[in-house]
Amino acid sequence: MSDDTLRVSKIRDGTVIDHVPGGQALKVLAILGIDGSAGETVSVGMNVPSDKLGRKDIVKVEGRELSQAEVDVISLIAPAASINIVRDYEVVEKNRVVRPDRVEGVLACPNPNCITTGDEPVASAFEVLDAGVRCAYCDTIIRRDIADHI
Amino acid sequence: MRHDHLISAKQLSRDDIEAVLDRAATIADDPPDHGDAILALLFFEPSTRTKMSFDAAMKRLGGTTVDMGPVETSSVKKGETLADTVRVVEGYADAIVLRHPSEGAAKMASEFVDVPLINAGDGAGQHPSQTLLDLYTIRENAGLDDLTIGIMGDLKYGRTVHSLASALTNFDARQHFVSPESLRLPRSVRYDLHEAGAQVREHTDLEEVLSELDVLYVTRIQRERFPDENEYRAVAGQYRIDEGTLAAAREDLVVMHPLPRVDEISADVDDTTRAKYFEQAHNGVPVRMALLDAMIGGEDR
Repeated sequence: MSDDTLRVSKIRDGTVIDHVPGGQALKVLAILGIDGSAGETVSVGMNVPSDKLGRKDIVKVEGRELSQAEVDVISLIAPAASINIVRDYEVVEKNRVVRPDRVEGVLACPNPNCITTGDEPVASAFEVLDAGVRCAYCDTIIRRDIADHI
Repeated sequence: MRHDHLISAKQLSRDDIEAVLDRAATIADDPPDHGDAILALLFFEPSTRTKMSFDAAMKRLGGTTVDMGPVETSSVKKGETLADTVRVVEGYADAIVLRHPSEGAAKMASEFVDVPLINAGDGAGQHPSQTLLDLYTIRENAGLDDLTIGIMGDLKYGRTVHSLASALTNFDARQHFVSPESLRLPRSVRYDLHEAGAQVREHTDLEEVLSELDVLYVTRIQRERFPDENEYRAVAGQYRIDEGTLAAAREDLVVMHPLPRVDEISADVDDTTRAKYFEQAHNGVPVRMALLDAMIGGEDR
């Protein structure tokens, strides 16, 4: 196996986000604030055949373990995702995402008149609904494209 | 009521509502003495009825009010945040009444203070104390059970509508919403009504439902919400009522409006027995007396 193949298939330390619905990998990167400008090593597999999802995406981020807030938001667009923590090439922790009741400080409310979009000392907060999220301050509901509001 | 703050009508149970309305019916005759209480009136938007009726209610209870005055002459003009303003004002008063142009303002402000805070309107969000006086007026004139109510006008941005619709889910009420397509109820309100199992129908034409109504609650279609003046003119005329419009309605129809009106209710309705909007505005004082009594020193606090 060549070095190039190893680079894609294995990471030394970091996080593998598996079982992301096909086509959603770039949104996961957006949630993580990864656009390549910081020089992170990131591997993305898109529309990989999957028994469970039909097609799935995989995101591997070298040298970074995710915060709970990031995992919470990933769960909104990838409810079946698993988060694998890798250290020295070994998976040391594997967790399924759990949809939280509430996410704070990650999403921005799309209502320009919401108090959280001004200069007040308050973090955004969203209650998680069965389908979408709802601003805890102004009640605005986001049903689709949740990652667009990060 | 055992709420620290009144932010949204969604907080109010049927018991909460009935306790305030029952108290409102008697409080003017024998008001409790809250002679040492101070109520702060923080109005970041213009207000006549809400501000004056809270002011009058506190004074009828023997208390006093402090008022930040117009925004232009307050520290807000210097760039102070709302969070800072309410943190300062809670040191001056036993309760705060807040009106603000941003949705969620009252909810956020309540997180920074320990004194009770009452939302007197947050943008297009909620206006729960208005809802209590609306319900008081409905109960006095039509009863709150087996009620068919039409709510017409600007349902998208109308905060009184959002609060009233939510509160009515506590009662056996059939709610008919009449508006232009562009001013339908917001998704969040429709979601809550659906979750509450409310009986709801939406219409663009009042005639579809007028003859069934016990109550017609009219709101102003707000010209400033329309980007195009012609679009406003096209819809505004369709949602104006006069005696002719009401010919198809029941004789005992109750016509309400949270006021101010512009021309959505013709003056020829004013002198009919159906017109209850001035009575509705007057009810703001006893209902807010009962609310303040419950929140700043009622028996159950």
